[in-house]
Amino acid sequence: MARKRIVSAILNGTEQEFLCAPRQTLLEVLRDVLSLTGTKEGCSNGNCGACTVLLDGRPVDSCLVLAVETEGCRVDTIEGLAIPDQLHPLQQAFLENAALQCGICTPGFLMSAKALLDGNDDPSEEEIRFALAGNLCRCTGYDKIVRAVQSAAAPTSADARQGASE
Amino acid sequence: MRDFDYEAPRSLADAVGLLSRLNGRARPLAGGTDLIDHVRTGRLTPDVLVDVKKIAELNRLEFSPAGLLLGAAVPCYRIYGDSRIATRYEALAESCRIIGGIQIQNRASVGGNLCNSGPAGDSIPSLIALEAFCLIAGAQGTREVPAHEFCIGPGKNVLQPGELLVELKFPPRPSHSGSHYRRFIPRNEMDIAVVGVAASVTLDPKSDGIVAARIALGAVGPTPLLAVDAGRLLVGRPPDAAAIDAAAKAARAIARPIDDMRGTVEFRLHVTEVLVRRVLTEAIERARRARLD
Repeated sequence: MARKRIVSAILNGTEQEFLCAPRQTLLEVLRDVLSLTGTKEGCSNGNCGACTVLLDGRPVDSCLVLAVETEGCRVDTIEGLAIPDQLHPLQQAFLENAALQCGICTPGFLMSAKALLDGNDDPSEEEIRFALAGNLCRCTGYDKIVRAVQSAAAPTSADARQGASE
Repeated sequence: MRDFDYEAPRSLADAVGLLSRLNGRARPLAGGTDLIDHVRTGRLTPDVLVDVKKIAELNRLEFSPAGLLLGAAVPCYRIYGDSRIATRYEALAESCRIIGGIQIQNRASVGGNLCNSGPAGDSIPSLIALEAFCLIAGAQGTREVPAHEFCIGPGKNVLQPGELLVELKFPPRPSHSGSHYRRFIPRNEMDIAVVGVAASVTLDPKSDGIVAARIALGAVGPTPLLAVDAGRLLVGRPPDAAAIDAAAKAARAIARPIDDMRGTVEFRLHVTEVLVRRVLTEAIERARRARLD
């Protein structure tokens, strides 16, 4: 067996050391070593985006990253999204817009959407669809997810649009 | 996943030393978006993965009078995010923008796409059309191979055991040049090319005639192909419909596609001709716009 390594990364804002074998993906280590099971395993080959986390602020499929590669990196997972006692605006928007059904894809969608809104606080529908193209949902059909991201991006203007259409 | 060891050398010399010492039992790891999946499924069985992302030469993205130097491990998002590449090496930026989704683009490199040597690799026709050279390092020193000679079969290339692709060197873009990459896929986004076409065109600023043209095809042969004659017959001609049509037919003539679930031979031949026409038209339009700037 290859020697295990001690890896040090900034996990959800806190420096964290963990032990892992080179063959373990970031997804495996998050779930099985660190018990952060919010990140989901879907296809495990980079198609579905269920395992999306942010690596140095950028969405990646954690099934295609070796945990040893994250030495010195910032890793943000769904567990770091809500502030204590309060949902993140994206989480709130997903609830209000019924942007989930079974929920397996949701943590990945939320992390991709967070990365989008971190760099662009007023994305167009097209930009949202591009940013979320690496995340698959088998239940909702995407429209509600896109609407949720739109409303989280600009809550006031979304409310205003809603009001105007009623 | 299979057990393997992991090394992350910080210098090119250390990486080449490791790879040559391990003599084919190691694989270089850049973005890992293909490699990690191949190891998981058992298609590749390396004993060691050599992470090359910490080596300065493989992370370079530099412009100089000699052109563009692009490190083999530079991920797609850095390439399409660079405005100089987006305006001068448009085809390269366009390829990088359609490889996978954002998660893949944040990791996957053009060097990795080339080394996987898939016939449908989206960046490879652009590398060929933009006349990239591949700098390869090995225990015996370095060598350069033109991009159109790098792939030698599906999943096969000129790299010898222990050799490492270091960077891609693109010549400077002459003024009045334009390039474009486009592929046909049955979905809107995120699929493997049924046919991919890249073209680069340079126009004469006075006469509007074509000074140079290169056309490259993906997914219609065992490797991406440089359509030599299609480019050559354009030189000296005005960039009109007759010239474009002649080039499209010449490009179609070298395509050797296979039937598979993505398309039949007949369909791919037809799409090759149509795409060459459209890609050339756009590249010419861009070269004209570049002339006005």
